[in-house]
Parts: sequence; C-alpha cells; structure tokens
Amino acid sequence: MTLIDLANPTKFLSLTARALPWLAGATAILLLVGFYQAAMAPDDYQQGATVKIMFVHVPNAWLAMFVWGVMTLAALGTLVWRHPLADVAAKAAAPIGAAFTFLALVTGSLWGRPMWGTYWEWDARLTSVLILFLMYLGLMALWRAVDDPSRAARAAAILTLVGALNLPIIKFSVDWWNTLHQPASVMRIGGPSLDRAFLIPLLVMAIGFTLLFVTLHLAAMRNEILRRRVRSLQMMQASQQAA
Amino acid sequence: MSLGPYASFIVTSYALVAAIVVILIIWIAIDYRRQRERLRELEASGVTRRSGRTATEI
Repeated sequence: MTLIDLANPTKFLSLTARALPWLAGATAILLLVGFYQAAMAPDDYQQGATVKIMFVHVPNAWLAMFVWGVMTLAALGTLVWRHPLADVAAKAAAPIGAAFTFLALVTGSLWGRPMWGTYWEWDARLTSVLILFLMYLGLMALWRAVDDPSRAARAAAILTLVGALNLPIIKFSVDWWNTLHQPASVMRIGGPSLDRAFLIPLLVMAIGFTLLFVTLHLAAMRNEILRRRVRSLQMMQASQQAA
Repeated sequence: MSLGPYASFIVTSYALVAAIVVILIIWIAIDYRRQRERLRELEASGVTRRSGRTATEI
C-alpha cells in the first residue's frame, strides 16, 4: 500500500482496522514495561524519589511538541498538497496534543513544587508551553466554530503554521534565557547526560507514549472520517427532503 | 519501594496521567460507537452513499 492509496478514506479505514489492535497491544506492553522500570529505578542523589515524575513528565512534554509538529506537517498537506486526509489528521490530533500538553504542565508543576519550592514560575520554558496549550485550545475552538470542514481546515492550517514558530522557542528557551527549568539532558550535543538507570526507563516510556499517541490518533482519524460521512449523508437527506 | 517525603506529588502525577489517558481512550471509543450508530440510522432511513457502499463499511 502506497501513500497515495492512503489518500482514499476507505483504504485508510481498512488499514486502520488492521493496525489498531497491534498498535494497542504494543503500546500496552511498552507502557507496562516502562512503568515497571520507572517504579524500580533508583532514587536520584539530589532529587530523591521525585525523579520518578520525570518518567511521565518528559514523554508528555516531548509529545506536546511532537503532536504540534505532526499538525504542522498536516497543515502543509492541507495548504500545499491538498491531501484529503491532511485536515482529518490535524483535527484529530489537536485534542490529544492538548491532553499531553496539559499533563506536561501539571506533572511539571507537581515536580517543581518539591524541587524548586514553587508550582509555577513565569519563566521562558513554562510560559512558552502554556502558550502551546492555549494554542491547542484555540485550534479546537476554531474547528468547532466553522461548520464547513474545508473552510475550517484552511483557517486551522494557517493558525497551526503560525503556532509552529513557538516550537523552537520552547526547545531552546532553556538555552536562550535564564530559566528555573533545567537544560536538555537527553537530546543534546554530546549525547544524553542521564545515567543509564534513568535513561532506559525514560526512553521506554517515551516510545510507549509515542505509540499511544499513534494509536489514539489513528482511532480519532477513523472517527473523524465517519463523522464526515454522517455529515454528507445528512446533507443528502436534507436535499432529498427539500426536492 | 519507598517514595519518601514527596510521595503525594509522585502518586498524584502518575494517577493524573493514568486518568487522562483512560478518559482519552473512553472518549474516542464512545465517539466511534456514536458515529457508527448515526450512520446506521441514516442508512436505515434510506439515505445511501453515491458509491452505493454502506457508510459503515471499512
């Protein structure tokens, strides 16, 4: 099956029906292994057991940005290539991305209180992630506000591309400004600075949460395709009744 | 496994993540059932796709 075949919603639904059980199974196994490894990970010499919050905070923070990246590619698909599934992908991803961003903010806050002595600080990293969360909400509101999916898709695609400017700001905020948030310790020049005892569970959790996103996203895309079929059938019904 | 003096922060973080993930899964599952139910109702009322295939066909 080629990428062009996937432009056909019926073929996409067929692929999704076959892939979802395997993806769900792989996600469950990886997350179970990840949670076990996180539980068994040693305490940090400075942070004690609170380092365990890292294993849920970092994957959610990574996905908060990754999902917006996926939506940015989908926005290009809508505006440049006019791929029929691009706006379906973008619309389906937004609530899932908002949930991951919310979790990144709240788990970060719960980690910050014992480590920094405060739940919140208006520093560059925290504020830019809060802006990302508000942009997710704005995008979801935009999709709901416009009835016609193709008109909503173009407006949402433009907003998504504008919002993508925030991604490098989030990533490099800890380097560009003096922040409470620690600098990157996994994706950095010179390799990860984390000890293997923390790095391996963190990578397993990151892959597990990424697979969770892929699974939920495919399922939400399937729902969106069905919703559009409902809409077109309702419009056909209305035109038949009017005739 | 001892979680130390900040156990409530750790447990709350994991519980919240689990709760939101479960809510997402349930929300998507309910939405799927709702869309299929609507399609079945529309087809039962005699509205069909231009292709002639059933709307719930995958």
